[in-house]
Amino acid sequence: MSRAVFTRFHLRERIRDRDAAVYGILLIAALLFPIIDIYATGGTADVSQATRAGYFVLLAIGLNVVVGFAGLLDLGYAAFFAIGAYTYALLASPQLASSPAHHAVHINFWILIFVSMFAAGAAGAILGFPTLRLRGDYLAIVTLGFGEIVPQLFYNFDQWTGGINAVGIIDQPHLPFWIQGPWSGDGPFQIVSNFNFNGDPLAFYVLIVILIGIAVVLVSNLYRSRLGRAWMAIREDEVAAAAMGINTVTTKLLAFGIGASFSGFAGAFYAADVSLVSPDNFLFIVSITVLVMVVLGGMGNISGVIIGALVLYFLVFYLIPGLPENAKNLANSVGLGSLNSKSGDWPGLAEEIGRLNFIIYGAILVGMMLLRPQGILPSRVREQELKHAAVQEEEAVVELTHAS
Amino acid sequence: MSEQAADNILELTNLTKRFGGLVAVDNVSLHIKRGEVFALIGPNGAGKTTLFNNVTGLFQPTSGRVVFDGRFDGRDITGSKPHQVARWGIARTFQNIRLFDYMSCLDNVRVGRHVRMKAKVWDSLFKLPRERREEERVSEEAMELLRFVGIGKQANQYARNLPYGQQRRLEIARALATDPKLLLLDEPAAGFTPQEKVELMQLVKKILGRGITVFLIEHDMKVVMGISERIVVLDHGEKIAEGSPDEVRKDVRVIEAYLGKSA
Repeated sequence: MSRAVFTRFHLRERIRDRDAAVYGILLIAALLFPIIDIYATGGTADVSQATRAGYFVLLAIGLNVVVGFAGLLDLGYAAFFAIGAYTYALLASPQLASSPAHHAVHINFWILIFVSMFAAGAAGAILGFPTLRLRGDYLAIVTLGFGEIVPQLFYNFDQWTGGINAVGIIDQPHLPFWIQGPWSGDGPFQIVSNFNFNGDPLAFYVLIVILIGIAVVLVSNLYRSRLGRAWMAIREDEVAAAAMGINTVTTKLLAFGIGASFSGFAGAFYAADVSLVSPDNFLFIVSITVLVMVVLGGMGNISGVIIGALVLYFLVFYLIPGLPENAKNLANSVGLGSLNSKSGDWPGLAEEIGRLNFIIYGAILVGMMLLRPQGILPSRVREQELKHAAVQEEEAVVELTHAS
Repeated sequence: MSEQAADNILELTNLTKRFGGLVAVDNVSLHIKRGEVFALIGPNGAGKTTLFNNVTGLFQPTSGRVVFDGRFDGRDITGSKPHQVARWGIARTFQNIRLFDYMSCLDNVRVGRHVRMKAKVWDSLFKLPRERREEERVSEEAMELLRFVGIGKQANQYARNLPYGQQRRLEIARALATDPKLLLLDEPAAGFTPQEKVELMQLVKKILGRGITVFLIEHDMKVVMGISERIVVLDHGEKIAEGSPDEVRKDVRVIEAYLGKSA
C-alpha cells in the first residue's frame, strides 16, 4: 500500500530527480576539476581557490538551515565561523605559550574539528536562548550585533589571541595514510603512511569535498525528518506549530545551534588550511556574503545553495579581482592600448575598473535578483510563494484600475 | 474526587481573562463530559475564541482554573504552554484556518504527529533504522487520517492550493494527528454550503466514534442543534445559559442576546 501512496508523490519525486542530477554533476565536476586544472595550468593555485570556495559552501549549507529551513534571519553568521577558527587556532598552535597560560597546546585536528563544532554550536545556543523569542527584524539586529562583537573580542583579548597580530603557525592535519601519485609532483604512485597535510593544496581539496559530501547527506536527512518538518511549520505559522505540540523555542534553538556548528566546523578547517587566523577574516562582509549565497542560490534548497556559493565565490574572489588585468589585456589585443596609459584625470583602464569593482559587483547582484528572484535553483516552496505574491499583486493592480 | 468529576474531560472554574479594562471572559465555569459533543455559542465578540485560547495555552487566564481529564484526579493545565497542552491531549482548529500553506497536505498532518514521535536529532541526522520505520509508520497514519476526513487524493498538494472546505477538513486531520482526547473546533462550519454542513456533522460523529470528545464553537444553529448534546451560551464574556439544545433555544436571555430586548 505504502508503495502505491509514495509513487503518487510526483512533486517530491521530481525535486529529488533534479537534486540527484545536480549532485551528480557537482560530484563529477569536483573529481575532474583538479585533474584537468593541474594538467592545463601545471600549478595548484586554482585548486587552493576551489578549497576556499569549499568553506563558503559549508558555511552556506549551515546558514541555509537557519535562514532557509527555520526562517530565522541571521546576520552575524561569521561570528560562529570565527569561534570555530579560533578554537582550532588556539588549541593547535604555539599561541598559548605566549599567553597567560604559558603553555602551548597541540591537539589533534580530527578531535579539534569536533571541539570547534561544539564550541560554535554552544555559542549559537547561548546566543539563541535569550534572543529567539524575538521575531524577524529584531532577531536580525541582535545577530548583527553579535557578529560585530565577536571579532572585537578576538581583537581585544590580545593576551590570548594575539589581537591584531593574528594567530599563526597553526598545526596541519595528519592522516595515518595517504595516496600520492604523479599529481603530487613527485613521480610514482605510492601509499605514504603518517601523512602530514603540510599545505598540500590537493589534500585539503580532497578533504573539503568529502566533508561537503557528508554535510549534504546529513542536512538532507534532517530536512526530511521530524525536526525538518517542525522547522518548516514554524516558518509557516508559529502559533499553529505550537498548537500542534511543537516546542518552538527548543526547535528554533536547534536550528540555530546546528547552523552554528556547521560554521564552526568550516572555521576549524579554514584555520588549518590558511594557517593564519586574524579577526579581520570574520567581519560583517563575510556574514553578508554567505547570506547572499543562500538567497542567490535558492533559499531552502541545499543543492541550490551549493551552486549559489560556488557562483558567488567565483564572482567575488576570482572574476571581479581579475577584471582590471583582463580589461587591460583585452584593450591591448583589440588595439585600444592607449586606454591603458595614464593621461590627465584618466587613471588608466585597469585602475579605473579596479575603482569600479564594487559597482560592478552590486550591478551583477541586482541583475541576478531581477532576473531570478527565486534563486538559481529554488526550492519549490519559494517558487510558489513568489508566484502567488505576483498573482496577488496583479489582482491588486486590476482592482485599483477598476476602482479608479 | 467524586464519580462525576472523574467523568469530566475538561473543567473550567471561574475562568476570567482581562485585556486591560476589557473583560473578555468573565468568571465562566463549565464542564465537559467525556464522549459528548459540547457547543459554545454566543453573539460575535462574546469571548468564545478567547476562552478557547485560554484552554489551549495561547493566553494565560487572569484568574480561574482549567483542569483536564478528571480520570487521573485531573491535571491542572492553567497557564500551560500551547505545546504542553497539545502533548496532554487537547488539539484545536482555528477560526481563520491556520495551515502550513507551503507544505503538502501529508506534511501538514505529519507535523500534527510530531508530538507523538520519538525520533531525536541523532536518529534523523543518520537516518537510523528506527527513524526510518517511524517515518514510514507516520506517513501511513497521516494518509489514513487524510482519507478519514475525505481528502486522501490531495495528499500531495500544497495546503494553500486546496479549496476552502477541504482546508477545513485538513485542519481537522492535522489536529486529529496529535491523538487528542479532546478536540476543539473553532467555527468548523463557517462558510460551508448546506451540503458541506451535513458532511461536517457526519465527520464529527465519526470523530466521536474514535472516542474523542468534541468541544466546538459554532454560529450555525442547525449544526449546533443537530450534533451537540449540551450547549453553553456566552454573552459579553459571561455565561448566560447552559443546557440541552431544547432548553437553550427557549431561554429568554439567549433570545435577548441574539435578537435584542423587546421594547
